[in-house]
Amino acid sequence: MAEAKSIIGTQNKKGQTYTDTWKMMNEAPRTPSFYTGSEVIKEAIRRASCDVMIAYPITPQSEAAALIGELFAEGYIGDYFRGESEFAVMSQCAGAAFGGARVFTTTAGPGTMRAMENFPMWAGARLPIQMIVTCRGINSPLSIQPDTLEIAYLLNTGMLVWHAETAQDFFDWILKGYIVSEEPDVHLPLALCCDGFFVTHTKDVVNLTPADMCLPPYDPYRSPVPCMDMECPPVRMMRDPFVMKSNYISYATHASWQQEIWAAVERSRKHSIHWLNGLIDTENTDAEIMIVASGTAVSQGREAIRLLEDEGVRCGLVKVKTLRPWPEEEIREATKNAKHIFVPEFNVTGWLAREIKATIPNHDRVHAGPHVCGGMTMPPEIIVSEIKTALGMKTFSLAGRGS
Amino acid sequence: MSDYRVLPGPEHFLPPAAASMGIRLPNPGEAHINGVIAPEEKAYEEAARQFLMAKVPTIFPGPLVLWAWNEKAAKKATAIRHLFNTLKECVQATQKPMLIPMPDYRPKYPKINPEVEINPNHPNLTIWHNKIDCCIFIGVHCHQANLSLKIIRGGTSCYTIAMCAQAGHEDAMLSFRDASVDKIMRLAETIKRLKGTVQPPLSTV
Repeated sequence: MAEAKSIIGTQNKKGQTYTDTWKMMNEAPRTPSFYTGSEVIKEAIRRASCDVMIAYPITPQSEAAALIGELFAEGYIGDYFRGESEFAVMSQCAGAAFGGARVFTTTAGPGTMRAMENFPMWAGARLPIQMIVTCRGINSPLSIQPDTLEIAYLLNTGMLVWHAETAQDFFDWILKGYIVSEEPDVHLPLALCCDGFFVTHTKDVVNLTPADMCLPPYDPYRSPVPCMDMECPPVRMMRDPFVMKSNYISYATHASWQQEIWAAVERSRKHSIHWLNGLIDTENTDAEIMIVASGTAVSQGREAIRLLEDEGVRCGLVKVKTLRPWPEEEIREATKNAKHIFVPEFNVTGWLAREIKATIPNHDRVHAGPHVCGGMTMPPEIIVSEIKTALGMKTFSLAGRGS
Repeated sequence: MSDYRVLPGPEHFLPPAAASMGIRLPNPGEAHINGVIAPEEKAYEEAARQFLMAKVPTIFPGPLVLWAWNEKAAKKATAIRHLFNTLKECVQATQKPMLIPMPDYRPKYPKINPEVEINPNHPNLTIWHNKIDCCIFIGVHCHQANLSLKIIRGGTSCYTIAMCAQAGHEDAMLSFRDASVDKIMRLAETIKRLKGTVQPPLSTV
């Protein structure tokens, strides 16, 4: 910590001042800017003191990877290159992080799935890589449109998983995410997810921190595992050691290793609460009807609440910000007065509803839906319709106009 | 607050990570004893008491303090030697303080010599062989420390203490955080101050 503190107030090669992160995020003046989500990612990374960005810039997922290439050309990033595939990119990210670099990458949809083997490896090796996931469809026939099914696959990798609602969330959480994931008691990769297209390709007003301020650099000497060197290469841990013997202690050590990863996810809870001002946001928690959502489904839920209020139906909202760590106690508390809990989602399986059902008492209160997927939008009216139907109120079909 | 307490084992075939049981790490200026947040002053006294009561109080210095890779590490190593010497001066003839290094985390083939080192992936061999009933980890990378501390808790009755340079360890029965030369010296002073106030148990481990 002393090393990190001593660099505060000094300048990097681009003339940006290494700034205390709390001051930068909470006290520094903000400038409203009208940007796409992809441009916001670029602006956050400009301020993130990143050492390495590795790209597989297939354009439909987002333009972020290409835009960050511009940052490299401008001198804001230490190194930047393109991998041969998504799998290669994530492996190369691991190499850079093993060597002590602050690493950033982006992915989406089938690319996330192709690279999946790397994510538990990142977590097991305690590499605090940040990966933006601009979610889109993963199944055949392929879709470049938003669909959050891939998040379900990330939930058991040991990574931190956060789900941004807006471009503003995205800007702030990219920067705060590095601080949380690099804490020595956490030191895990972060999958920072958003609903692709809705957030990445649309423009919104985002309040940016000053461009001449940046995060303090990553200090690899605070890592809970040694940096890679020729005496202690990661392969010694992955190939040689305890796991290659068939006895109780070899298995118990591997089991303990896994437990330690999930213990680190738990430890991130304290830091995430501090930096994100809680793992959830709530409105009207005394209401008997609650909408619990993450990502852009929160925005649609908020609008549905306004429409319902016009009809005299009071409804509350829980915005789930972090999926790992999972805000179990917070959701239980926020929904304790609810008789009906609706979980709108942009995916076909309803993974968020399942998580919530596993969390709260009397889980038959949970209505898993409405669901849309494959790039469909979710008009607030269909959330209203779902709620009114469950309450036995008259509602109209939104499917079409009839013959 | 969690009802779970981090206590000497043997706890379970596969004990849980204490963090998963709701145990939280101390904030700066604090420590934890058995998973309960406590003032650091109280932790010094409890750690000293555990050392003075143990048959085989043992210090396990790790790679972060063993290799003089920077000035701070060398100073910590000197402080740890002072702690060990203090311990030897303060215990009775029936007690056997030990200083056993954890020099690195590499696999030990064909087998470890438990009298000269401890393997973080199989720490119980060293604990059992030397009948260690109280130990302190200093200078061990956090991930490896938690791994070892949990395995020790699972399979032995050893009381574990961690002097962590970062945020502390829930899987130890007692943990300091932000370890420094001053903190190591202060623990030595506390052992000296409490000398003679507690007795080792009559029975062997």
